[in-house]
Amino acid sequence: MIEVRFRLSWPGFRLDVDERLPTKGVSALFGHSGSGKTTLLRCIAGLEGAAQGSLLFNGEVWQDARTRVPTHRRPLGYVFQEASLFPHLDVLANLRYGQRRSGRRGTPGNTRQWKSSLDQAIELLGIGHLLDRRPDHLSGGERQRVAIARALAVNPLLLLMDEPLAALDLPRKQEILPYLERLHDELSIPVIYVSHSPDEVARLADHLLVMDQGRVLASGSLGDVLTRIDLPIHLGEEDGVVLEGHMAERDERWHLVRVAWGHTSVWVRDPGGPCGRRVRVRILARDVSLAHTRTEGTSILNILPAEVISIGTGEHPALALVRLQVEGSVLLARLTRRSAEELGLTPGLSLWIQIKAVALL
Amino acid sequence: MLLSESDLASLLLTLRLAAVVTLILLVVGTPIAWWLARTPSRWKGPVGAIVALPLVLPPSVLGFYLLVAMGPNGPLGYLTRSLGLGLLPFTFWGLVVGSVIYSLPFMVQPVQNAFEAMGDRPLEVAATLRASPLDAFLTVALPLAVPGLITASVLTFAHTVGEFGVVLMIGGNIPDVTRVASVQIYDHVEAMEYGDAHRLAGVLLIFSFLVLLSLYGWRRRPRGI
Repeated sequence: MIEVRFRLSWPGFRLDVDERLPTKGVSALFGHSGSGKTTLLRCIAGLEGAAQGSLLFNGEVWQDARTRVPTHRRPLGYVFQEASLFPHLDVLANLRYGQRRSGRRGTPGNTRQWKSSLDQAIELLGIGHLLDRRPDHLSGGERQRVAIARALAVNPLLLLMDEPLAALDLPRKQEILPYLERLHDELSIPVIYVSHSPDEVARLADHLLVMDQGRVLASGSLGDVLTRIDLPIHLGEEDGVVLEGHMAERDERWHLVRVAWGHTSVWVRDPGGPCGRRVRVRILARDVSLAHTRTEGTSILNILPAEVISIGTGEHPALALVRLQVEGSVLLARLTRRSAEELGLTPGLSLWIQIKAVALL
Repeated sequence: MLLSESDLASLLLTLRLAAVVTLILLVVGTPIAWWLARTPSRWKGPVGAIVALPLVLPPSVLGFYLLVAMGPNGPLGYLTRSLGLGLLPFTFWGLVVGSVIYSLPFMVQPVQNAFEAMGDRPLEVAATLRASPLDAFLTVALPLAVPGLITASVLTFAHTVGEFGVVLMIGGNIPDVTRVASVQIYDHVEAMEYGDAHRLAGVLLIFSFLVLLSLYGWRRRPRGI
């Protein structure tokens, strides 16, 4: 458990946060710019000297009213928004900078482990061919990969990432995202990931904190937070849910796979890869329609029984957002309020949902 | 031989003085520049102004105060005598002390600019990579400030070579001890030895031009984090 309690204010801004974050998986701090997510991350790293509050990492005090462990003694790795590699050192020396210093901490005899943490980081980020280059001879994407490897090479117990993709253009983002997904799959340490990109959050986050004006609006597992219809801000302009499941069955003839989670499953285009692989799918609210009866003669593949949980308002007065229970998981559907009225939607009503599109992430 | 023996001696003395002053100022001026660049203290303004004073003060004023302070009745003089160092005016080390103070802004300001230009980020990065503040200063801030340190050293060296007023006030005109090149030229002119004055002045002119040329030529390569 990471217990985070911080208060900080400067003219025009106030941060007031009291949260608990899991020590497993990726926790995303999500919000508009100016919502205080980067400031909160800097507080956790000990980079905001004026921050009052406390920080406990698995019961270990990093900061409280009396103590304040300086940044360089906190067992964390930090990836800044822009890569900020040291320009006077080549890639290998950049990687070694933190790794050498982290070697002093901890028990002797761990030297091999530190060496391997460096090798692992180099392998994980695919930067083996860049080691003798200077930072100004790297592309933006390569620089950010080196910066991530540099943060991992110190063998941190907690990895903090401040919008590591924000400064990159779309092709560079696409270049790095697979590496971040590998981190997510292979890293055993918790990651706190700041982002304002719904796409990154949908692909990487397990736990989600939505921030606005220095406060946390909602926090919980990705699925729980995404299906809350009472939040004033949504994950992007599109409401929808992200579900994690595995590829349960392959239909060779039609190039489809069945992605299953819990007792539910949907058919999607075959992305390749072995059956059993974990995948994430996103189902947008606007792609889910409702019907009282199971429709025959439709082009829609995925038709599931569901139960209405609650009905909220959409982003336009003509629209309603419906929260639905589908065999243990929650989905969102968007429809006009007129349709909702005509269908007679009330909490507890059983009906069928038709899912027009499922995006594999 | 183009230059007379005494001209050559004055030149060597000048170079020695400038080298010693530059080295001392690298050690003394860099921490001052670091402090000025990073402190939130309200003393930053006053200290910065004191450091910059030699830029605007007539050298004779500075030299006069130093002469009084280092003299037998001055606080510095009292200090040096009780340390068994004797009195500093009219000695080489007296010149060094005067020149260090006179050239202080030429060292501090370029280095301070270099530290300010790099911002907090490289040091924050270093801290997240387990470097203590001193470690980060030595292994990140100093290497990144190397262009500023070189500029500052060249300016300090050249400025010390070109010094006249302070030297005359606290050093006088003692051959091989305090008679630097600028004073030697003054002597030549006083004695109507225009030929000698020309030669020595020419050497200083060419030297100064070359120093500045190397500085401006070198500066074309920008670097940053």
